[in-house]
Amino acid sequence: MPSIQLQQLTKLYGNLEVLHGIDLEMQDAEFTVLVGPSGCGKSTTLRMIAGLETVSSGEIFVDGKPISHLEPKDRDLAMVFQDYALYPHMNVAKNMSFALRLQKRPKKEINKKISEVAEMLGLTDYLHRKPAELSGGQRQRVAMGRALTRDSSTFLFDEPLSNLDAKLRTQMRAELAMMRKRVHKNMIYVTHDQIEAMTLADRIVVMSGGYIQQQGTPEHLFKHPINKFVAGFLGTPPMNFLKADISRQADRTVLAGPGFSLQCDNQATAKLANFSGSQVDLGIRPSDLIFDPAADSAESLQLHVELSEYIGAQSVLICDCAGEKIMVELKSDTPIALGEQLKFRINMADVHLFDPASEHALV
Amino acid sequence: MSYSTLNRLTPYIFLVPALVIMAIALIYPLGYMVYGSFRSWDPSQALPDTDFVGLANYISLWNDPNFHESLMVTLKFAFSVVSIEMVIGVGLALLLDRNLRGMSLLRTLFILPMMIAPVVVGLMWRYMYHPSVGIFNRSLEGMGLGSVDWLGQHALLSVVIADIWQWTPFIFILSLAALQSLPRSALEAARIDGATGWQQIIHIKLPLMMPVLIVTCLLRLIDAFKVLEVILVMTEGGPGLSTEILALRISRTATEFRELGVAAAMSNYLLMLLLLLTIMMLAYNKVLEVRAARARRIAEEGL
Repeated sequence: MPSIQLQQLTKLYGNLEVLHGIDLEMQDAEFTVLVGPSGCGKSTTLRMIAGLETVSSGEIFVDGKPISHLEPKDRDLAMVFQDYALYPHMNVAKNMSFALRLQKRPKKEINKKISEVAEMLGLTDYLHRKPAELSGGQRQRVAMGRALTRDSSTFLFDEPLSNLDAKLRTQMRAELAMMRKRVHKNMIYVTHDQIEAMTLADRIVVMSGGYIQQQGTPEHLFKHPINKFVAGFLGTPPMNFLKADISRQADRTVLAGPGFSLQCDNQATAKLANFSGSQVDLGIRPSDLIFDPAADSAESLQLHVELSEYIGAQSVLICDCAGEKIMVELKSDTPIALGEQLKFRINMADVHLFDPASEHALV
Repeated sequence: MSYSTLNRLTPYIFLVPALVIMAIALIYPLGYMVYGSFRSWDPSQALPDTDFVGLANYISLWNDPNFHESLMVTLKFAFSVVSIEMVIGVGLALLLDRNLRGMSLLRTLFILPMMIAPVVVGLMWRYMYHPSVGIFNRSLEGMGLGSVDWLGQHALLSVVIADIWQWTPFIFILSLAALQSLPRSALEAARIDGATGWQQIIHIKLPLMMPVLIVTCLLRLIDAFKVLEVILVMTEGGPGLSTEILALRISRTATEFRELGVAAAMSNYLLMLLLLLTIMMLAYNKVLEVRAARARRIAEEGL
């Protein structure tokens, strides 16, 4: 499988630049997920790789060869579309075999391939149905099947699950992850759903405003977000942000804001040595707040519980901290009541700090 | 009358003016014609004074070689113009379905002929076909190619050309609308699946446009069977009977031959032909609806 490289890829619509010089390298047989809010340029990037959008400047390399001047059909890739893009007048078998029939492959080979893929996707009983006679999930499977019969080196997915209802989406996500294990190809997947991104990706590329914000493994991005956008985008419920002042008290650095004053440990003190006196955005994930009535106030937040969203085993508390809304995730059987003032301990190693002006992560 | 009854009747009240006009302008003359077609009827007589002749008018027409000739001319004319217009209209739509600078102006220009009154079109083409001063023969002679006897020897071909010029735009705009409502992503999928421009047209675009094309074709066919003004102005049916389409023969039978009963019977033959086409069109739409409903049902039930 080839490696794919984007070099200073730019897209202009008229005078409006929507992609600002994207640099990205995708390794052999890697599952890359482009994720970001709508309008961030992720779909445009994918469509440029597919050849459905022209490249304004920059270049796409496959195994070192520039391909941006090639027609989609000459790029050796298959694509799954958000609205499935099935051919309405062809039955499932015809839909899946369209590319092979255009290539004038022998009938035997086509039939063999179709029955293999249909078997794998559980579509064997539906081969003679037209797309209109299928449910959403089945249509989605046919779209995948059509891509799979192609034997292309690269698969592109443009928000393939976003037209499905919530339950089906979870199921198809799992099926995709299973398929991923069997099919060793380059896969580039676009989604706005960070859960899809986290669960499927070898490498996540977080995009916003036509720029790549950060890329790396899901774990790396979750633990070490490079800026406030990435920190707030990945993870549900999203990260809490609080404004705090850095000050020095005795030999310790203290992060203080309305309603809290946190004392840093040795490690954080050393890291923040140069920032004393400045302001900082404090980021804490809801799962990193630990309910602990006995906690010391130097290492905990005192929160007023306003609302509890019961999810099942877990609940999300929406709390107030001197006017700021803070979300906390904890086990549903924790004995707490609404309206209470509770203490939540914070492990300083889990705290993320961001420069309030540039929004970049500190240290 | 209670308020709720009035409320329920409102839609019908709104329909009444249209119904009245329909009755006066369509149903009454139609009934008059059907009634008249069974009678021996001279224009000097009032209809109640005429003699009932049963199916005699229909039978004599059935055996009349001139009527056959007229029917053949009409069929030849209708099928040749519609098939050529379909090819050119759909072809133009396929060519112009893209975003180029000035495309909207170009599209407007293409549909202009359709907006000109048929009589004007007839006059225009008659002048252009004029044997000595018409632009066609002047140009041909200027190039040293000799003149063509457009409205004489090649009268049917000439009126066919004029009709194609006027009505291709109708097929063009409907095909273009059909093309632009095709699912974009299916076409993109076809490009990725490796379809060339031609293959996209043959395997994706044309099959998906087919429902619109079939209805357009039938509409055009119905219209072509009723053509009158252009031919009346250009050739008056001549030379001989070579361009005498049914509508012309009907009017000549009524006015020149003074046989209103026969003319009415002929109108009824034409009406039956058109009804057949209309029923085909409605039946086709019904089939599509039933098929779509069946697909929906299968999709919902058969998981």
